[in-house]
Amino acid sequence: MAGRTSKRMGYEGVVLAAPATTPYQRFSKETAHWWIARALRQSLQSAGLSPRDVDGFSVSSFTLFPDTAVGLTQHLGLTPRWLDHIPMGGASGVVALRRAARAVQAGDADIVACVAGDTNHVDSFRRMLSSFSRFAQDASYPYGAGGPNACFALLTDHYMSAYGATREDFGRICVAQRDNALKNPHAVMKKPLTMDQYLSARMISDPIALFDCVMPVSGAEAFLVMREEDARAAGLPHAHIRGSIERHNAFPEDPIQMRGGWAMDIDELYAMADARPDDMDLLQTYDDYPVISMMQFEDLGFCGKGDGPAFVRERDLTIAGDFPHNTSGGQLSAGQAGAAGGFIGLVEAIRQITGTAGPTQVEGATTAMVSGFGMINYDRGVCSSAAIISGAGT
Amino acid sequence: MTDAILPPPKKDPQKRTRTQTLPSGLRSRAALGLTAAAAEGRFMLQVCGECGALQYPPRDACSTCLSTDLPWRDIDPAGELIAETTVRTSTNTYFRERTPWRVGTVRLDAGPSVMCHVHGDAPRGGRVRIINRLDKSGQGVLYALPPEGTPHMEDDPQLREITADPKFRRVLITDARSENAVALAEAFAKAGASIIFIGEPEGWRPYPHRAALEAIPNVQIVPLDVTDTASVTELAGEIGGKTDILVNNARFVRPGGIMDRGDTVFARDEMEVNYLGLMRLAQSFGPAMRGRGADGDNSAAAWVNILSVYAYSNMPAFGAFSASNAAAYSLSQCLRAEMRPGGVRVMNVYTGPTDDAWHQPLPPPKVAPAALARAIVSGLKDGLEDVFVGDVAKDLIERWRAGAKVLEREMSETDGGGA
Ligand SMILES: [Zn+2]
Repeated sequence: MAGRTSKRMGYEGVVLAAPATTPYQRFSKETAHWWIARALRQSLQSAGLSPRDVDGFSVSSFTLFPDTAVGLTQHLGLTPRWLDHIPMGGASGVVALRRAARAVQAGDADIVACVAGDTNHVDSFRRMLSSFSRFAQDASYPYGAGGPNACFALLTDHYMSAYGATREDFGRICVAQRDNALKNPHAVMKKPLTMDQYLSARMISDPIALFDCVMPVSGAEAFLVMREEDARAAGLPHAHIRGSIERHNAFPEDPIQMRGGWAMDIDELYAMADARPDDMDLLQTYDDYPVISMMQFEDLGFCGKGDGPAFVRERDLTIAGDFPHNTSGGQLSAGQAGAAGGFIGLVEAIRQITGTAGPTQVEGATTAMVSGFGMINYDRGVCSSAAIISGAGT
Repeated sequence: MTDAILPPPKKDPQKRTRTQTLPSGLRSRAALGLTAAAAEGRFMLQVCGECGALQYPPRDACSTCLSTDLPWRDIDPAGELIAETTVRTSTNTYFRERTPWRVGTVRLDAGPSVMCHVHGDAPRGGRVRIINRLDKSGQGVLYALPPEGTPHMEDDPQLREITADPKFRRVLITDARSENAVALAEAFAKAGASIIFIGEPEGWRPYPHRAALEAIPNVQIVPLDVTDTASVTELAGEIGGKTDILVNNARFVRPGGIMDRGDTVFARDEMEVNYLGLMRLAQSFGPAMRGRGADGDNSAAAWVNILSVYAYSNMPAFGAFSASNAAAYSLSQCLRAEMRPGGVRVMNVYTGPTDDAWHQPLPPPKVAPAALARAIVSGLKDGLEDVFVGDVAKDLIERWRAGAKVLEREMSETDGGGA
């Protein structure tokens, strides 16, 4: 960016491995601690490791209160020499990756377990909304208390009038993801979704209707960051980090959100990865509402600003299509497990490019882009992140 | 266009009165600046004292230069509705009971964008003006109105939630004998109040304007002496369940401070009427009103106290009267806190010397009964909490805000007619 001259160091020698998804549930009587423990255990087991092997631990969660990553170390019996807690919601997966990779690269930790998980009690969503952030408490929650539905309805309404997008354009994203989700046995949504069903669904907060909204669920996601030589020695399928970016509170002067922080940093991401948009075999966007996925298509360089509607009309976003997108069904069809929603795309991408995605596998996939977006602090998402990763494929 | 509301049907006594739920009242300390401005119906935002940048949402430090000097200033309310939504499902019970609810993003001409409630007649994508008002939880909220008035715009259901419009409401005005009674009754009749009860103390004693009161449409004169607990309780038993707006108009005024009065007789009368009168009314009428804050179009809406602005700073020429009003002012703050869970507003109307026999020796300007009545009705229509009527009251509150101690010294020099 402007003023920065030194070239960023790459991530050579550090890899991602052992992607784990604890199957989601709509409601759970269990706690975030329980869900995080399950995902951590699953990830370590798949890598043939024990909790004692973990010397770095990174946590993202909304429902751990009154605990943080600190309380979890004692609760789960971990003794890490490197500890992180990332309160960035939908941006947390890539941010966890960035930080953990640097720690491993510098030798501050050998194996960092990155875990995100949340529980969903019957009343926890409402409780979280009313005290999500100070600006939300002061300046958005008192206005109808529509939560993120209302905030994204405003962004969607504005995007539609600015660029001529129709509800059908957003529907294409949702319908394709549902198609993908039907191949994912763990997806919360099990029934096909037609465009007619999408268009005739009841309004939640105009122009946001039922199928534009994610279903809050309980769940957890995890992956490990370690040295490449260690992954090879253990025979673990692994992914390389080709480049990554993050940005917070970008474009504060925009009267309403029309772009995310990616637009500031995307050239740097491609330069660092020595790649172009065409090189991506699949894209995992943060998809709590389809409008934000459409903005990511634009801001991540797959089409120009305002060309999102035309892009989704021309491309096939399903697993077998010419632009595989959110191959596990994404949050829209697999469910939003709180902060794990910031991990779902990354964990699925690791599976994809290591050829371990099973029923959702994109044939021959070796390179993926993953982007994160998080935290409607008041009227817009504040955090954005993205990474390009690649693996050996199948 | 807004549909005019219709006269509410007679209440079915078998039906349960809807419990008042509230929008979220949680706010940071900085955000309470918006609430303080809303109490007077002013649209104010923080403006950086160093770099001049406008801030929203309210902050503790300037987002341009990090200065912590962020005074609140009146802001140009003009803007454009750049996005909108209709909330149909809400996580909050208050809104859930009132959906669909229109919300929007307004880009202010002055700079920042604000999320706000949107009036039904505000044109999609068009020009709007922002008002800042108290919501049912008593916190300041922003509201986008069409740039010009529209037919029946005051009947917009979202707007009626933040106002206390007398239309179709039942009003009790205390003290028929007061010089203000006729003007108040006329103003409420004109504003569409469905019944205007006027409390009359000592009914056997004639007074000049009784016939004028009786001639006003929808007026019913009822016996009420605010110095007599039994009288207040008895009336509350009869009409407490259908009193939507109560105007505490009774007051006892005599000139004099401490040493120019030889005894405490008048001081006792001042406290009996001005302070204990409020207490008795609030104890008898308060609970029923608080329980009916969400009772349809003629829900209980507001409690009005007419107070001397010298409640803020004593005017020695009326020193003991000022003291009784200071007591009533303090009690009104307590009443406000107790009424808030029911969503019923306590509006204090502060006046300087009124145009009546007891203030006759004072020089002008004085507040005429008609001006006082107008201020009360428009304050209710605007949903205000603090109204300062006339030049003396407005001048005094400005000076009080600038420095209460300086004002105290100034007051000892003046005759109260304004500095
Ligand atoms: Zn400043």
